[in-house]
Amino acid sequence: MNIVYNQDLGTMRFDLQVIASWIEPGSRVLDLGCGSGDLLEYLKKHKQVSGTGIEFSEEKAARCIERGLTVLQGDFRQEVRDYPEGRFDVVVLSQTLQQISDPKELLIDLLWIGKRVIVSFPNFAHWSARLQILFTGMAPITDQLPYEWYNTPNIRVISIKDFKRFLRLFGVRIVREVAINTHHHDYKGNIVRSFKNLRATYGIMMLERVT
Amino acid sequence: MTNAAGAAPKPLLVERNYFTFAASPDEMVLDCGVRLGPITLAYETLGELNASRTNAILILHAFSGDSHVAGYLHEDDDRPGWWDNMVGPGKPVDTNRYFVICSNILGGCSGSTGPSSTNPATGKPYGLSFPMVTIKDMVRAQKHLIDHLGITKLMSLIGGSVGGMQVLRWCADYPAMVGSAIPLATTTRHSAQAIAFNEVARQAIMADPEWNNGDYYNGSGPTHGLAVARMIGHVTYLSDEAMREKFGRRLHRSTLSFDFTGDFQVESYLHHQGKKFVNRFDANSLLYITKAADYFDLERGGGNMLINETLADVPFLVVSFTSDWLYPTYQSRDIVSALKKNGSDVSFCEIEAQWGHDAFLVPNKRLDGLISGFLDRVYHEHCL
Repeated sequence: MNIVYNQDLGTMRFDLQVIASWIEPGSRVLDLGCGSGDLLEYLKKHKQVSGTGIEFSEEKAARCIERGLTVLQGDFRQEVRDYPEGRFDVVVLSQTLQQISDPKELLIDLLWIGKRVIVSFPNFAHWSARLQILFTGMAPITDQLPYEWYNTPNIRVISIKDFKRFLRLFGVRIVREVAINTHHHDYKGNIVRSFKNLRATYGIMMLERVT
Repeated sequence: MTNAAGAAPKPLLVERNYFTFAASPDEMVLDCGVRLGPITLAYETLGELNASRTNAILILHAFSGDSHVAGYLHEDDDRPGWWDNMVGPGKPVDTNRYFVICSNILGGCSGSTGPSSTNPATGKPYGLSFPMVTIKDMVRAQKHLIDHLGITKLMSLIGGSVGGMQVLRWCADYPAMVGSAIPLATTTRHSAQAIAFNEVARQAIMADPEWNNGDYYNGSGPTHGLAVARMIGHVTYLSDEAMREKFGRRLHRSTLSFDFTGDFQVESYLHHQGKKFVNRFDANSLLYITKAADYFDLERGGGNMLINETLADVPFLVVSFTSDWLYPTYQSRDIVSALKKNGSDVSFCEIEAQWGHDAFLVPNKRLDGLISGFLDRVYHEHCL
């Protein structure tokens, strides 16, 4: 099943389409690693969202600002620290969690500045990765994780199951979750409803602090 | 360049205006406690103020700038204003759409009241009897001008360097009048390094016997001291990389001179800049303005004056340049960090540029795009 909500959504990465559909109109959103601002622009145009992005690349951050978006160029690990508690309704961390050296501390920071946090990450326990390890005995290289061990930015090996266990341990509530099957830059994909940890290439979850 | 009719396009002509206020007994009270008046500000405007008066942009010039931001003052004028690449019809600060105002700062020497102006009490130039003015005083005077023009809220304020300090001072002192703000290559407080260079520049002027304690308006004045002060300034506006690229160790003559007349291109560049500056700038103004910049501190008393609820709804665009060592990027990040605490809508970009602090005045496509995109958004979201 393809989820294509409208024409603008159709050109956006599939996990971002799902994330966009979860965001309430008029909310305040922080998009970490916002790239050229596709999600932010969509949310601004169609959901009257007041959005801020953080992007490391000068070129991409500048492109966002030229498009009329509010974007800070910088390392979001540093940049998230100055915001007051509950500044955002939603903080979006898409396909980046696996590249963070202190994911636990980052999530604590994000759940402080945002009432809710939406995280999407590649599922390392997808069957294609499992089979590669089993049959080749080598670190898996898949469409979602297309790197060699020596050049991968993905320093954290996370599966959907691992992440949910982690959330239970640290008292973070899952408000919503979905598992999807898509290529990492593709705008097409489908929802996985059974054997998620085996069949989904990405997990997407909306998180909330347990008060 | 020619237009469709084959004729050269007409230069954009602008007129210098003067606004005088604070006449006795309503003198303006300065930070130092002295009453100053009357005060004249020279200013220029481009574009048309719309009926609802919502499209005004105030541009604040840097330390040695003036009100002549863009266009030409008369038909035969051979040089346009100091930011002509940024401001004008169809340019990033598009005067077909926005009403642009730029005034010479209080303490300056290009038409506004400053140490070279005549003191009405004595009929002679103020010289050192001119009271010490601060960035806050400069902004206070600009507010009189903006009130006079009948503008209650500026769509945007744009300024680099000392102009950026004025932008930030406006935000701290008159936040309700600020629609949006673009501080470029600037800081909330002068660093020890910036103060140090300014002090060397001031000492160069004061060590010139022609300075005569600031009383030199009958003679040639401290031309040598002023030129040296400007040379120091230019060193801080460039960067190691920019100088290596621009001059290297190249000589400006064929062989070494074996004397002190200057061999290297970088020396003749600085001599040239110094000489040029003497013809257009007043030495006492340099003393007063550099001191005002040194005194500038929005973090005095521990709190940051940009942390203010009224600024929560104000969009900001903060820009720094990688090779700027006078106001390095960390100082712009401090501005951003304070604004984030308000929950302000703040964008930030550090532009990769080799030209040091001067980069904000050098034509730069990236800066053009940032400013035009940001203004376009502010205009559509807040002014229509």
